Amino acid sequence: MKSEFTLKLERCKGCGICVSFCPKQVLALDTLGKVYVAHHENCIACGQCELRCPDYAIFMDKVKKEAAK
Amino acid sequence: MSARLMQGNEAIAEGALAAGVRFFGGYPITPSTEIAESLAKLLPKVGGTFVQMEDEIASMGVVLGASLAGKKVLTASSGPGISLKQELIGYASAAEIPAVIVNVQRVGPSTGQPTAPSQGDVMQARWGTHGDHSIIVLSPWSVREAFDIAVKSVNYAERFRVPVILLTDEIVGHLRENVELPAEVEIYPRRLPKISRAEGYEPYAPDEDLVPNVANFGEGFHIHVTGLIHDETGFPVGSPKITREAIKRMHEKISRAQDEIIEVHQEFMDDAQFAVVSFGGTARTAYEAVLNARKRGQKVGFVRLITIFPFAEKILRELSKNLRGLVVAELNFGQIVNEVERAVKNCPVKLCAKYDMTIFEPEEIEASIDELIAEVNAK
Amino acid sequence: MIERSYEKFFRKNRLPHLWCPGCGNGIVMKAIVQAIEKNPNFTQDNTVIVSGIGCSSRASGYMDFDTLHTAHGRAIPFATGVKLARPELNVIVITGDGDCTAIGGNHFIHGCRRNVDLTVILFNNNIYGMTGGQASPMTPLGKKATTAPYGSVDRPFDACKLAEAAGATYVARSTAFHVQHLVKTIEDGLNNRGFSFIEALVQCPTAYGRRNKMGDPAKMMAWMRDNAVMKNSWDKLPDEKKTGDKFPIGLFYQAQTESYDAAYQHVREIAGGVKQ
Repeated sequence: MKSEFTLKLERCKGCGICVSFCPKQVLALDTLGKVYVAHHENCIACGQCELRCPDYAIFMDKVKKEAAK
Repeated sequence: MSARLMQGNEAIAEGALAAGVRFFGGYPITPSTEIAESLAKLLPKVGGTFVQMEDEIASMGVVLGASLAGKKVLTASSGPGISLKQELIGYASAAEIPAVIVNVQRVGPSTGQPTAPSQGDVMQARWGTHGDHSIIVLSPWSVREAFDIAVKSVNYAERFRVPVILLTDEIVGHLRENVELPAEVEIYPRRLPKISRAEGYEPYAPDEDLVPNVANFGEGFHIHVTGLIHDETGFPVGSPKITREAIKRMHEKISRAQDEIIEVHQEFMDDAQFAVVSFGGTARTAYEAVLNARKRGQKVGFVRLITIFPFAEKILRELSKNLRGLVVAELNFGQIVNEVERAVKNCPVKLCAKYDMTIFEPEEIEASIDELIAEVNAK
Repeated sequence: MIERSYEKFFRKNRLPHLWCPGCGNGIVMKAIVQAIEKNPNFTQDNTVIVSGIGCSSRASGYMDFDTLHTAHGRAIPFATGVKLARPELNVIVITGDGDCTAIGGNHFIHGCRRNVDLTVILFNNNIYGMTGGQASPMTPLGKKATTAPYGSVDRPFDACKLAEAAGATYVARSTAFHVQHLVKTIEDGLNNRGFSFIEALVQCPTAYGRRNKMGDPAKMMAWMRDNAVMKNSWDKLPDEKKTGDKFPIGLFYQAQTESYDAAYQHVREIAGGVKQ
């Protein structure tokens, strides 16, 4: 995985902004309307999700190659 | 200090300065403008700040901001200007920000009769802003007292963290007298936090006197100030209990100290059967009327309200026990008379009202005294 | 995860904030603290956040500085008082389109005129959100609001043009979509010594977007992406192409002019007074 996600779900309001702006459809909303990582393997660690999250609920850290092995 | 000829408005500026005011924000309006003009000259000399704002609301806002940043502050206006300031006078009351607002009363409503004297803003001074709120209102009758009352107003604003209305009128504001001002005055310092953030400081936690020690901005306390009803942390809370307690405390911090705040000037009351109640510029005429009445053998006393609010209810009730009647002389259609009637149960209260741009003549008040005595004797 | 360094600027115990799902205010609030973080002269102890009334103005409560949530429209006068009383403090104003350009319009232009050293960030959601979607002076022509049910016929303000004309010395616009640009814009505003004005376009999906069929929050942000044109390109655009929803973003104006608090220091000197 190129990235590591941290979700602060108590802050997530399920607005879907991160889901919409993810270029690889990595994220989705669960039945309760909160974000979850649906296809982590597709993540390119672009950080668009964290960038525009209005609720500071999703954090994406790039994983260095060595650490990822 | 040698004696100087000065106006009531100038004396207010001097008094405020002596009490430590270092910030004035205002907007020109007659008959209060000399206060702004005096402070425009004086404040920069002492490192203070004078700013002329775009309107009366901004003038009130700018002084509240400066007060929160630690300065002692003053603003002044008249008539329509005071109406505009009411919004943020309420903010000062809710957020407990020390500020003195001078109202040099003129004839209203609206633009009214600029800029003839009036005392028509008495009840506005108490109830001008919306909602239940606490406030202190003081009124001087001479130039020298205008200075003292300015000092006192600043001290009360700081001590109780409450807006104080210095309610004067065109009579005193534009009156020129030869006065000797004290070299030094007693100053109530800005209240400061007693504990640190680490020790659990809460900006709106009341001290023993029910007044909070709100930190000044820029001192590292990271306080939050709002006009919303808030708890001791300063943050808004939508709870009936907190709302009730907050409003109650705001009133009680003043009411518990009211015996100290309330000042009433009395003369000739030892043998008085009747008395004239007045305040501000009107009291000067009332005093002469009382002297004239006494010369004629009428046993009339003189009662002058220096503190208008909190109202001297107890004092008047006590006084009235030995009286056969009271005249309330005020330069309006009848305002403070209602407060007097509410307080006084033992004797009739007669209103001597005037609202025609001109100040009272002693004879007009004397005529009311005569009428009252005749009415009481006829019973 | 390493905690994001800007989070120290939030009163984290007060999060999540009260804004609706998808509201752009949270994005701008984060951009403000990120801009503050980049400026070593701005600390939590020497920075005061002043706000008015409205959705945007609730931001002050979440930011861990000395914060002042004033009355409707009055943030700039209060902020002016703080700044003039203690010029060493940094003062940031958070306001909304209604707060700043309607009820606070007079304070806004006069703050610009005086060039008080404030950084004013207007969260423009084109509507009165907190009261349920009434038209503001920045509701675009034809857009619907509860008080403009047939579409607004009130011509809107361009707050940036207003600020520039009134004398602000830094005027810029960005959007909740252009986050990095927004952070940089605010950062530059903080660095300007004088009245800095930044209009940050934010989506209000609840009270504005829904009524105007603008889609979900992401769609409203995509609209910003598709219609915002950087100032340089905008200037080269022929007038016939400046149509539809297109609008310029970027730095519109900057000038070096003495700020009010610095100017007033001269008054003290002329008066023969002591330095503050």
